[in-house]
Amino acid sequence: MTPGTYRPGTSLVHRAPAGAKLAGLAGVSAVALAATSPGTVAAVVGAVAALYAVAGVGLRAAWAQVRPLRLVVPVLLAVQWLTLGPVPALVLTSRLVALVALAGLVLLTTRTSAVLAAIGRGLRPLARVGVDVGRLALVLSLAVRCVPVVTALAHRVRDACRARGRERDVRAYAVPLVVGGLRQADALGDALRARGLDD
Amino acid sequence: MIARAVAAARRRNADRGARTPGAAPPVPADAVPSGVVPAGVVPADAATGCVVRLEDVHVRLGGRDVLRGVDVELTERRVGIVGANGSGKSTLARLLNGLVVPTAGRVLVDGLDTRRDGAAVRRRVGFVFTDPDAQIVMPTVAEDVAYSVRGVPASERDRIVRDALAARGLAHHADHPAHLLSGGQKQLLALTSVLAARPRLVVADEPTTLLDLRNTRRFAAELAALPQQVVLVSHDLTLMDAMDRVLVVDDGRVVADDAPGPAVAHYRRLVDEAAPASRRGAS
Ligand SMILES: Nc1ncnc2c1ncn2[C@@H]1O[C@H](COP(=O)(O)OP(=O)(O)O)[C@@H](O)[C@H]1O
Ligand SMILES: [Mg+2]
Repeated sequence: MTPGTYRPGTSLVHRAPAGAKLAGLAGVSAVALAATSPGTVAAVVGAVAALYAVAGVGLRAAWAQVRPLRLVVPVLLAVQWLTLGPVPALVLTSRLVALVALAGLVLLTTRTSAVLAAIGRGLRPLARVGVDVGRLALVLSLAVRCVPVVTALAHRVRDACRARGRERDVRAYAVPLVVGGLRQADALGDALRARGLDD
Repeated sequence: MIARAVAAARRRNADRGARTPGAAPPVPADAVPSGVVPAGVVPADAATGCVVRLEDVHVRLGGRDVLRGVDVELTERRVGIVGANGSGKSTLARLLNGLVVPTAGRVLVDGLDTRRDGAAVRRRVGFVFTDPDAQIVMPTVAEDVAYSVRGVPASERDRIVRDALAARGLAHHADHPAHLLSGGQKQLLALTSVLAARPRLVVADEPTTLLDLRNTRRFAAELAALPQQVVLVSHDLTLMDAMDRVLVVDDGRVVADDAPGPAVAHYRRLVDEAAPASRRGAS
């Protein structure tokens, strides 16, 4: 399971408005980043754990959110342990894990469309200074859509390089990746036009 | 990449001028019914196809004459296009919805010139591309279909999307990320999204080339069942049997235009004749 993939559900966390969840995430992040006392950080960790329980997404989904950190956290912990001592090291790393988990929970329980719509609403004031907010929202959607496409392209290019014995040749990797990305972008432009972007 | 995609879509629109009132088309450009009809259910006029006319069309791309004088009128419900790689099939298909405009000559869809009325033409003509990944534009399955449904309230739109997904057996994937679908399912999603815009003509450019045999059959069956007029480009000659008319494209020209039997036989002869002295290689 990829992190940040929406899982349908009916829990309180699922039903909360996307805008409120994003604002909450921003608020908790601000508090947690300002806090250095073990008590505050413990409260944040506890709150995140409680929200996961309420959302009922399961341990596997929770693990998937923080899994990308699994290589960074031990290193971070070790370095901080040695430089700052055990308590600050634990406080700082658990804060990081809690915030990543919380952001993951927001994405797990909120449709991408709702996240984007909330961001779009948040950006609406920009319309007054001449920004095409509708187009900006479309671009955000496209960006989300393109992540897996580009990831797949990168894997294909890497496999092709390996199959031809070029494990570490940056050029052999970068050139087809860039060319492939541009070609994909052109194809996407055609698809948007075929589907009436110009209406 | 995103900016480039949007810019590409925009740039190619720039050549669309305003419509001149003098050349009024026989059917108004905005004749797309605005009434609300579930996408799974076919609007009454969907079965009424388009009249597509290509008048001495030449297309020059990157200094190469890709199409050299194509002159056809397409009114049949099922039109097939076959031909070698690089013969100009995709360019011909893209002419039909104005993604490519002629260098010389003109293309009319129900009297609308694709050069001037591109957007209106594209509202009638849906297009299925070969690579489903390049045409699914939204992150989740339901959102992608919803992108095709415009001008209705959100609740109505959600209902149309639900019905459309149910009609293609994709209902339980509604909230899944599109990239997790199988290739066959992605292509079905692409078709669903195209149909949700309620086109009267569906052009499909090698839509099954990337699919396995089972998914090819499934997709072909969906296409065959459409009430809409269909123009199908394919290397799968078995799909041509179901066509009313088949065009054979070779080196930028339509070299045969016939019932499936004789047209496919012509195409096979063309390949057989080229085979012994094959210096042309694959393109
Ligand atoms: N944008 C372009 N610029 C230059 N050459 C192109 C372009 N598009 C297509 N071609 C060339 O035109 C020929 C016909 O292309 P296409 O219509 O895609 O053929 P087909 O679909 O039958 O394989 C090919 O040789 C191709 O390389
Ligand atoms: Mg082609």
